[in-house]
Amino acid sequence: MKLNCLLAGVGGQGTVLASKILAQSAIDEGCMARTSETIGMAQRGGCVVSHVKIGEDCFSPSIAAGGADLLIGFEPAEAVRNLSFLKPDGCAVVSAKAIKPVTSSLSGDAYSSDGMLAYLKGTVRRLVVVDTETLCAEVGNAKTLNIILLGAALGAGLLPFSKETLLRTIQGHLPEKIWAVNRRALEAGIASQPSYISE
Amino acid sequence: MAEKLIMGNEAIALGAIRAGVNVVSGYPGTPSTEVLETIAKHNPGDIYVEWSVNEKVALEVGAGAAYTGARTLVTMKQVGLNVASDPLMSLAYIGVKGGMVILVADDPGPISSQTEQDTRHFAAFANLPVFDPTTPEEAYEMIGEAFALSEQYGTPVLFRPTTRVCHGCARVDVRDEREHHIAEGFVKDAKWVIFPRLSYQNHIRIEALQKTLADVFSAYPRNEVSGSGARGIVASGVSYCYTKEALKDFKDPYKLFKVATANPFPDKLALSFLEGLEEVVVYEELDPVIEENLVRLCGKYGLATRIRGKHTGDAPYAGEYSAEQVAGSLAAFFGHPKKEKPKPDANAPVLPVRPPVLCAGCPHRASFYAVKTAMKGQKAVFTGDIGCYTLGNAKPLDMVDTCLCMGAGITIAQGLHRSEPDARHIAFIGDSTFFHTGIPGVINAVYNETDITVVVLDNSTTAMTGHQPHPGTGKTMMGDLSQKVDIAGILAACGVSHIDKCNPLALDSAVETVKRAVAHPGVSAVIFEAPCIALFKPAQTLRVSDACIGCKKCIREIGCPALAAEGKTVRIEPSLCYGCGLCAQICPVGAIGGDEK
Repeated sequence: MKLNCLLAGVGGQGTVLASKILAQSAIDEGCMARTSETIGMAQRGGCVVSHVKIGEDCFSPSIAAGGADLLIGFEPAEAVRNLSFLKPDGCAVVSAKAIKPVTSSLSGDAYSSDGMLAYLKGTVRRLVVVDTETLCAEVGNAKTLNIILLGAALGAGLLPFSKETLLRTIQGHLPEKIWAVNRRALEAGIASQPSYISE
Repeated sequence: MAEKLIMGNEAIALGAIRAGVNVVSGYPGTPSTEVLETIAKHNPGDIYVEWSVNEKVALEVGAGAAYTGARTLVTMKQVGLNVASDPLMSLAYIGVKGGMVILVADDPGPISSQTEQDTRHFAAFANLPVFDPTTPEEAYEMIGEAFALSEQYGTPVLFRPTTRVCHGCARVDVRDEREHHIAEGFVKDAKWVIFPRLSYQNHIRIEALQKTLADVFSAYPRNEVSGSGARGIVASGVSYCYTKEALKDFKDPYKLFKVATANPFPDKLALSFLEGLEEVVVYEELDPVIEENLVRLCGKYGLATRIRGKHTGDAPYAGEYSAEQVAGSLAAFFGHPKKEKPKPDANAPVLPVRPPVLCAGCPHRASFYAVKTAMKGQKAVFTGDIGCYTLGNAKPLDMVDTCLCMGAGITIAQGLHRSEPDARHIAFIGDSTFFHTGIPGVINAVYNETDITVVVLDNSTTAMTGHQPHPGTGKTMMGDLSQKVDIAGILAACGVSHIDKCNPLALDSAVETVKRAVAHPGVSAVIFEAPCIALFKPAQTLRVSDACIGCKKCIREIGCPALAAEGKTVRIEPSLCYGCGLCAQICPVGAIGGDEK
């Protein structure tokens, strides 16, 4: 098993947990895995990136430019910001919902997800756009965005794990009282009809 | 246990538990915090763990325990060691009985720090051995080796991971067996009392120890020489991982020297590495410590080997490294043509800027806004400090004019006021920072009769580093309830003559409270009390009604991340709103109201 996966989002979206679930799932299947995280001041609404490297000969904890097989964008602009990490034939799974920084509200520059998604559609060879807003509402918990995106990546055939492996890892990382909601989130992600899929 | 994905800091913690650590003390600081927290979480019950009030205190508590023969671990970030440097320098002379590891996490980047200082200099400065792990799995093993070395040679030992090791995760083979160390107890002896005559003798002893340890480290298996050829590469810490990654793409022959202990420098091993080499390049983040040691050896032994690194422009002094950067430098070192960097796409859309901001609902926002409102039109300087509230510098609040180091807000204000007495000087300080190093500054202000106002932002936690308890919370890291240390009581005991408490989220009364304090001659204080949003669940969220006239005053004045302009009006994002109500108090037409959650 070999996979370089970059998770990009905004502080508070749950990228760290998602990256741990991916790496632990790989370890459970007998593989070496490393991750590198953004923790600290940048977490307060800043850009965050998690690197997940799966494979026996991964030395560096971070992915080089043009080295990611998969980019999971928790936010459209953050996916665009980190596109240079993606291999030319890499895949991207991106949440359609924009998070507008308060600074853009202040300066009045209208940032919307449409421009970002249009750019991604024209640039990424294999792109899956996920309507996470609707899915989070269906699941009934906005905090399950990370698991929904993992489900969408799994449903699109972009993760080298079974649903059971991911579920087991999720349960290993979360308290029992939120297992059910996260199971629903994973299933909603797997079953989701991407609002756009290229190729 | 089994092979698990473990964060570097957790690996260090589990390694320390396995090594039989008895006493653990520290002060939170990114990227070191999770080490102590993990030990507390996995405490088998017989380890004493405390968050101390600052790093100096933590180191002294650890030293005392080590005098009895206990294995002790002290944790802090690199700037924390500046605070603890007084006991550190002396303890190097006195030594310890039980193994004592001082974990100091460095932060190349810096990602969450004031400086990019290199703790390996402190090791050389204090004559202490320093361990520099490359990965979480190595850190897990190495921490036990650090304890053993400390105990064998009676010297405290520095353990210095960097952010990418601390906050990287890897598969670690965690084992359950555990060493047991029982402290003998304190044995009275003149050697525990530092005196000039003793220090002279001890200086001779520890210099000799440096030579001994240099030989020990030359034989230490984690300092490793491999490969062959006329070119050599030296790397340490996470830069070693970047180097290994980058070397995958080169077919040129090379010798590789992994340095796990930069001080005392393993001279003998380094000499065997240098033998027959024409050129060497060094990859180490922060300062050229290894590079300069190699230059020293070349000078001492008349070697013609050219040492390349930071001093030759082959690697940068500042910032963190990456595998790509090392690959680029290695290409030049091996004499290959430079790879062209792909140009950024000119058609890419303009990306939103995302500076870190105070959370939606953060009471600090209300505190800053209250002071800003109270001081409108007056000549005032606002001195800040270290914590979440440093983010009060961002627009539109723009309420942090200075920030230097822990506790400096109160004292910088005094210096400013001496030189510019016609301006008002208001110092902001968080609750945990107040206990850390704020109190001496308050005493100084009272004693020297300065006219400043101290604003304590009391959110009942150490928020920035992930919500650790502190003396004001009434909780300890052992989970016990303790006596709450009262900030107002301390201020009163220091002689502050005007002390007021209020809830910053009640805007009008907060503004009046600030005005009264500032008008008071001499040292005055306002304690803004409101808990960090991470400590409670919101009771309501707010929404904007049709009455909104689209003036956007709420956005312009307070910049809460839950507020966003939507067309002509404003929308509140319900998943972010904590219902603090500050925006509702600012809205000129009363268009913001609550929804029960």
